[in-house]
Amino acid sequence: MSSTRRWQHWLLSDSPASPFQAAAGRTYLGLAEFLKNRLAVFGLLIIAALILIAFFAPYIAPCDPLVTNLVNRLQPLSAAHYFGTDEVGRDIFSRIVWGSRLTLYVIGLVAIIAAPVGIIIGTVSGYFGGLIDTILMRITDIFLAFPKLILALAFVAALGPGIENAVIAIAITSWPPYARIARGETITIRNGDFIKAIRLQGAGPIRIITGHIMPLCISSLIVRITLDMAGIILTAAGLGFLGLGAQPPSPEWGAMTSTGRAYIIDHWWLITMPGTAIFVVSLAFNLLGDGLREVLDPKSDN
Amino acid sequence: MNDSGHLLDVKDLTVSFPSPRGEVCAVKNVSFSLGHEKIGIVGESGSGKSVTGRAILRLLPPYAHIHATAITFQEKDLLSFSEQEMRRIRGRQISMVMQDPKYSLNPVRTVGEQIREAYTIHRKVPRRQARQQTLEMLTAVRIRNPEQVYRLYPHEVSGGMGQRIMIAMMLIPEPSLLIADEPTSALDVTVQLQVLAILDDLVTQRGMGLIFISHDLELVASFCDRIIIMYGGRIMEVVDAANLHQSTHPYTRGLLNCLPRIDGDKGKLSTLQRDASWLDADFSATAGGK
Amino acid sequence: MLQVDNLHVIFGHGLDLNHAVKNVSFTVGQGESFGLVGESGSGKSTVLNCIAGLINTWQGEIEIDGERLSHRRPKSFYRKVQMVFQDPYGSLHPRHTVDRTLKESVNIHHLGDANLRVVKVLGEVGLGPQFRFRYPHQLSGGQRQRVAIARALILEPEILLLDEPTSALDVSIQAEILNLLQDISKKRNLTSILVSHDLAVVSHMCDNILVMSQGATVEALSCDQLRSGDIKQRYTRQLLVASKGYDRAAIDQFQDY
Ligand SMILES: Nc1ncnc2c1ncn2[C@@H]1O[C@H](COP(=O)(O)OP(=O)(O)OP(=O)(O)O)[C@@H](O)[C@H]1O
Ligand SMILES: Nc1ncnc2c1ncn2[C@@H]1O[C@H](COP(=O)(O)OP(=O)(O)OP(=O)(O)O)[C@@H](O)[C@H]1O
Ligand SMILES: [Mg+2]
Ligand SMILES: [Mg+2]
Repeated sequence: MSSTRRWQHWLLSDSPASPFQAAAGRTYLGLAEFLKNRLAVFGLLIIAALILIAFFAPYIAPCDPLVTNLVNRLQPLSAAHYFGTDEVGRDIFSRIVWGSRLTLYVIGLVAIIAAPVGIIIGTVSGYFGGLIDTILMRITDIFLAFPKLILALAFVAALGPGIENAVIAIAITSWPPYARIARGETITIRNGDFIKAIRLQGAGPIRIITGHIMPLCISSLIVRITLDMAGIILTAAGLGFLGLGAQPPSPEWGAMTSTGRAYIIDHWWLITMPGTAIFVVSLAFNLLGDGLREVLDPKSDN
Repeated sequence: MNDSGHLLDVKDLTVSFPSPRGEVCAVKNVSFSLGHEKIGIVGESGSGKSVTGRAILRLLPPYAHIHATAITFQEKDLLSFSEQEMRRIRGRQISMVMQDPKYSLNPVRTVGEQIREAYTIHRKVPRRQARQQTLEMLTAVRIRNPEQVYRLYPHEVSGGMGQRIMIAMMLIPEPSLLIADEPTSALDVTVQLQVLAILDDLVTQRGMGLIFISHDLELVASFCDRIIIMYGGRIMEVVDAANLHQSTHPYTRGLLNCLPRIDGDKGKLSTLQRDASWLDADFSATAGGK
Repeated sequence: MLQVDNLHVIFGHGLDLNHAVKNVSFTVGQGESFGLVGESGSGKSTVLNCIAGLINTWQGEIEIDGERLSHRRPKSFYRKVQMVFQDPYGSLHPRHTVDRTLKESVNIHHLGDANLRVVKVLGEVGLGPQFRFRYPHQLSGGQRQRVAIARALILEPEILLLDEPTSALDVSIQAEILNLLQDISKKRNLTSILVSHDLAVVSHMCDNILVMSQGATVEALSCDQLRSGDIKQRYTRQLLVASKGYDRAAIDQFQDY
């Protein structure tokens, strides 16, 4: 009891003794704020569970997700097959467990590619303004002008189906909104006195953009990306569903719903189980994003 | 003052904010009443002046805890008003000029449009006339080229201009009570006085009540009728402006002494020595109306 | 030390053209404290921004130590000239600790001994070590302004530009900051330009004063002239009357200039 007290005292100290303590105190306050939002915590728990499941997939899944067993095909839910089996006798539960890896792979890669591209283009464009801004923003507009799924379709059609190409296609189509957000934030920050002040210290544009502007854009981007995760999962699933994403027999949730479609009347679990997985994970990201918005939104930051 | 009774009565107003380290009391047991006069609220930064003003209009964030025995405005009990009824009071009957004009203006609309909207929101007039009224109001608050300023966005105006724009926006619906939170701190002295003269005329001619929040004791003393002096969320004393310089309260004296003077010497300015025991003494008994 | 000649600044074009500074000239001697006074929008901040190199659209001549400044400033310039801004709430990065804000300047100029310098300068502006790792939101307005002054001092400049450094602070804190600025100027023999609309502050702090109105120079005065009321221009006289407090009768006599 008294030791938690001491920790709390240390974290909330008015005069931190090190940068680490200062940052920890800040994080603690943010976390405390976040934990007040029950739904967001619920979302976070689901996502944490998803990551754990993906990590321990070999231990959790009872069967090999790719081994077919025609004798056992289209089995309903049972103790042996929690979620039943599909049209070639594979255990759906195992496939969903293994599929979580693909889902994480897709959203992880998209975030790693699209977020930096968006933030760099947005901050550079917003900071310099003028011609650079015009050129970069027209390029962004071109990408924004196409519906996301259709542009992704076009890319996959050109590059050939497959999960890597699906990731690239989704990444290419998802950075423009991030660039827009980063640019908007940059323009409001750019005229602030603290940017003038750092310019007066002799800092160059690179230092100003990376050290002073980006950290202020990142919070709203994190919120936006988290909220977009749901869309990315759906787009990946959509591409899988259309046969342009992950290829059979890989246990991708979208592709699974696609094959399950043919059996929807008599064998509902084929489509319902992966569909539910997609739904739950998308929902979790949305809840988390909403919670993060409350904590990270600079406007409520006081 | 005026015999038509009190415009505003505040009794035992206490405002506190939750914080990770527990409840923080920003205003404690503040009581005062206001007729058709100019009352000043003075105190150092963080003494709770703005919070007092905002609490009257219920403009504090929802997590703030506001308690009061009574807040009555023109015999109406503001405490019992719903949010919707408050919205009808705000702007139309009680206006408030906020401390940070730039943050209170919508950054993506021109200042002219925003003032015009403040005018038309409470009354039906043709667009042209509203625009004319807006330009006149801008001229009244001493803006030199109202036509040009009308088209500017908030980030394009200087701090002083922003304050005048806010004042124009708050006065245009002709409120009966104006709470002005450091409305002129970014103005140069001449314009400041001219803007104060406008407020003064509204008080004497239309019987508007004015709560003038400031930390400039000398200015408040020369402008207002009565002065409420606040420290740490409590009222230290309420004095008639004319008697300010006779005040013996150490806090009031400290505030008076730290002002530089044009004909003063160039040596060190004396600084305020704060004393926690001021918070314990109960001055609120003296804070009633006249 | 610092000389400004025929400075002109024009913002915008066409209908929104704004001749913000018109033909302003003044000289500030070594170790002198110079005051710029004038009404809101008279171009005081703009003049400072030109000297600091934050505005590129100026014409005229600005010289420091006899050296003419161009529109682009070399890095060494910033070790010579530093500025403190009006709004202490906007001039510190909200996500950087005091320590980081101060160290950054040292790192940009590769001065070394960052820790030592930070501790020293914090002491100089009257902030103890307990403030070193705080974020701006954990500081009061006066403390923030002290940090901003520390940031300006850490590069050991010769010229300090002060853009209404106390107008966002209350009077008790203003007195502390003015005392601090006076001490530091004396100790470091700083040349400073103080912008303010408060005649009392300027007369307390400065040796010579330039009065501006609508972008143009009205009158140059010494502080003693201001105190003794030896004023030639009506505009300045009006300014002086106005700084004596609210007086309804006097206000009606005011004219626009
Ligand atoms: N929204 C808020 N949340 C938490 N605390 C607040 C909030 N608003 C004000 N406070 C606290 O209430 C106290 C009084 O603040 P207030 O703004 O009334 O001061 P003030 O007298 O207007 O000072 P200033 O002259 O700086 O404007 C301060 O300690 C402040 O930190
Ligand atoms: N970046 C800018 N773009 C366009 N116009 C500007 C810009 N900065 C200032 N101005 C204009 O230049 C004029 C002078 O402004 P400046 O900020 O120098 O005034 P000031 O004397 O410092 O006033 P204050 O006391 O209100 O700070 C104003 O009319 C202002 O609108
Ligand atoms: Mg206030
Ligand atoms: Mg200025």
